[in-house]
Amino acid sequence: MSIGHTLLGLLETGPRHGYDLKRAFDARFGQDRPLHYGQVYSTMSRLLKNGLVEVEGIEQGEGPDRKRYAITDAGITDVERWLVQPEKPEPYLQSTLYTKVVLALLTGRDAAGLLDAQRSEHLRLMRGLTERKRSGDLADQLICDHALFHLEADLRWLELTAARLDQLGKTVRP
Amino acid sequence: MTPAGSLLAATGLRKAYGPTTALDGAEFSVHPGEVVAVMGPSGSGKSTLLHCLAGIVRPDAGSVTYDGRDLLAMSDAERSALRRGEFGFVFQFGRLVPELTCVENTALPLRLAGLKRKKAEARAMEWLERLEVADARDKRPAEVSGGQGQRVAVARALVTTPRVVFADEPTGALDSLNGERVMELLTAAARDTHAAVVLVTHEARVAAYSDREVIVRDGRARDMAGVGRP
Repeated sequence: MSIGHTLLGLLETGPRHGYDLKRAFDARFGQDRPLHYGQVYSTMSRLLKNGLVEVEGIEQGEGPDRKRYAITDAGITDVERWLVQPEKPEPYLQSTLYTKVVLALLTGRDAAGLLDAQRSEHLRLMRGLTERKRSGDLADQLICDHALFHLEADLRWLELTAARLDQLGKTVRP
Repeated sequence: MTPAGSLLAATGLRKAYGPTTALDGAEFSVHPGEVVAVMGPSGSGKSTLLHCLAGIVRPDAGSVTYDGRDLLAMSDAERSALRRGEFGFVFQFGRLVPELTCVENTALPLRLAGLKRKKAEARAMEWLERLEVADARDKRPAEVSGGQGQRVAVARALVTTPRVVFADEPTGALDSLNGERVMELLTAAARDTHAAVVLVTHEARVAAYSDREVIVRDGRARDMAGVGRP
């Protein structure tokens, strides 16, 4: 999962301090793996260097970093590009897709469209495997079937998520 | 406007059943020899779209053009002739005539078109062989397995060499091995005869036999060709 893009997406909903960002990330996406502060600050300095965020203000106080970050126009474009571009189908994609769906809902983008594009990307790969299976021997067929069943499982998750978008939207933006 | 080169196209289709809107401005097109999967959640309007395209259901608004002809301007008799001669249908449960043998079922569309029994059954046998169910020729639908019955249904749909095959969840009642074989045989036969296939399915593995997919949601159809590609 792209931590940089996820933090950028969270920033699109409003400027935040580094520690706020970490808390927001952990609450929404860090169930299994909360972010380390170090990851947040190294990511933010990279985003800053690339002009995707800017420092809106620095407060005096406790903690290692009191910078308040805001997303730039270039940052918004970058989030948009990442959300619209379907992921390459591979195992355990659901955490990235889940993150993208939640960020799309948070930032008022077309989450259903994002899922449609991802379904197409999966189907494109499934067509290639089906074609290979059609022209291949039994070994090819079995190998392709294995991949096809995994992709199908991803798609079933995707359909279920698509069916629950309204419900998820209410949770994400009460 | 009909997309250039399309065999069957629909624009602005609307259809409501009482207070329920099934189609709300759906667009669709399919080219000769192309297999298009129609996907979407239950109740999204997939089957209504198929029925409108096939001239089975009349939409409240919009147009359906088949081979340059306005389907909705045709008389009922003309539309029936079209469905018999140029369209083929495969449904989830074969819907074979229980009293007829498999070869009689397969030959039925040819017999309805006026072909003599012997000729019709000879041609039906060619299709049963192609669909790998020649053994079932003299059996009645109740005497064959679900997979065999569905292959007979596919043979019946293709026996008139239709220009468009409408398949509504054609593998829905089959196990995956049988389902895949039916899809392989159906799409290979359709490609050989340059027939267009409109394939309604909720299964990704079945949709993977198509050339492209159209997603129906809330009565609207979205053509996914090229979506998400840089």
